[in-house]
Amino acid sequence: MSEGQIKKFMYINRKAPHGTVYALESLEVVLIAAAFDQDVSLAFMDDGVYQLKKGFNTKGIEVKNFQPTYRALDDYDIQKLYVEKEALAARGLTEEDMCVPVEVRTRAEIGQLMETQDVILSF
Amino acid sequence: MLHIVNKSPLDRNALDTCLATAQPGGAVLLIEDGVYAATTGTTAAARLTQAMGQVKIYALKPDLDARGMSDHVLQGVELVDYGGFVDLVAEHPVCQSWL
Amino acid sequence: MAIEVNGKQYDTDEEGYLTDLNEWNEDVAKVLAEQENVNLSEQHWEVINFLREYYNEFQIAPAVRVLTKAIGKKLGADKGNSQYLYELFPYGPAKQACKIAGLPKPTGCV
Repeated sequence: MSEGQIKKFMYINRKAPHGTVYALESLEVVLIAAAFDQDVSLAFMDDGVYQLKKGFNTKGIEVKNFQPTYRALDDYDIQKLYVEKEALAARGLTEEDMCVPVEVRTRAEIGQLMETQDVILSF
Repeated sequence: MLHIVNKSPLDRNALDTCLATAQPGGAVLLIEDGVYAATTGTTAAARLTQAMGQVKIYALKPDLDARGMSDHVLQGVELVDYGGFVDLVAEHPVCQSWL
Repeated sequence: MAIEVNGKQYDTDEEGYLTDLNEWNEDVAKVLAEQENVNLSEQHWEVINFLREYYNEFQIAPAVRVLTKAIGKKLGADKGNSQYLYELFPYGPAKQACKIAGLPKPTGCV
């Protein structure tokens, strides 16, 4: 990637946190790619909104609790977290249930944001 | 932009979210089990037909053939081979796979 | 692989990182530092303790850029720069300091 050329990267997250490895993998890619100083945003759609449902306690299932790491995204200069409005509503969740500050957007609005990206990474 | 769906519409919500997210003028390519959405008589057919007014729908013919569904293709769906798949990806600057 | 500290065995991975970060203690850190040829001073401990606190809070070892910024915020600008941190840990603050702090290798660190 050439120096000084900022591209828009959007990560689309659509899977629940622990049933598959997508959520954790996505988060790791986000943190690694943050070193490249690009314009990064994260979108959480469908079951992906469950990734941000606050209050994970993973002791009982003996897997690493990666939820605190979402709070570190700000340190990595990643502030644009979009959460799908319809997905929250369908799951009985609200913005207050999210573990970090997010921007709630409709599917159509997220679709518009997707159109403005240079790169989309799908998880 | 190009949207790719590889899940059956009767099993997963990938197609529905895709169609609700895709902007007018976009393209949707159905591959693997996603091609079932491109067939007649399913509960998803009406939604796909309705979406055709806004977005262009493609389906990968080898996947329809492999499932014995090439004789059930919904009207308005454009069939592509692997070469056509590559062309679609090359034509569109960004692509979202609705995994 | 393993290291021995005060007669007890501690498992490490093939690069020398402690396998279980909960086993870490200051004596383990001293042995890990010796292996890295780092003579632990008060300034080193400051960074090591900072890293452990960061890991406890966010469950990751921060990237160098993030570490320098966060150290600067907490310990002052004179310490929040890579020159200072590389003087303390010549082979890379993230890599070397994390190892001594008993943390896993930072995500994205090759």
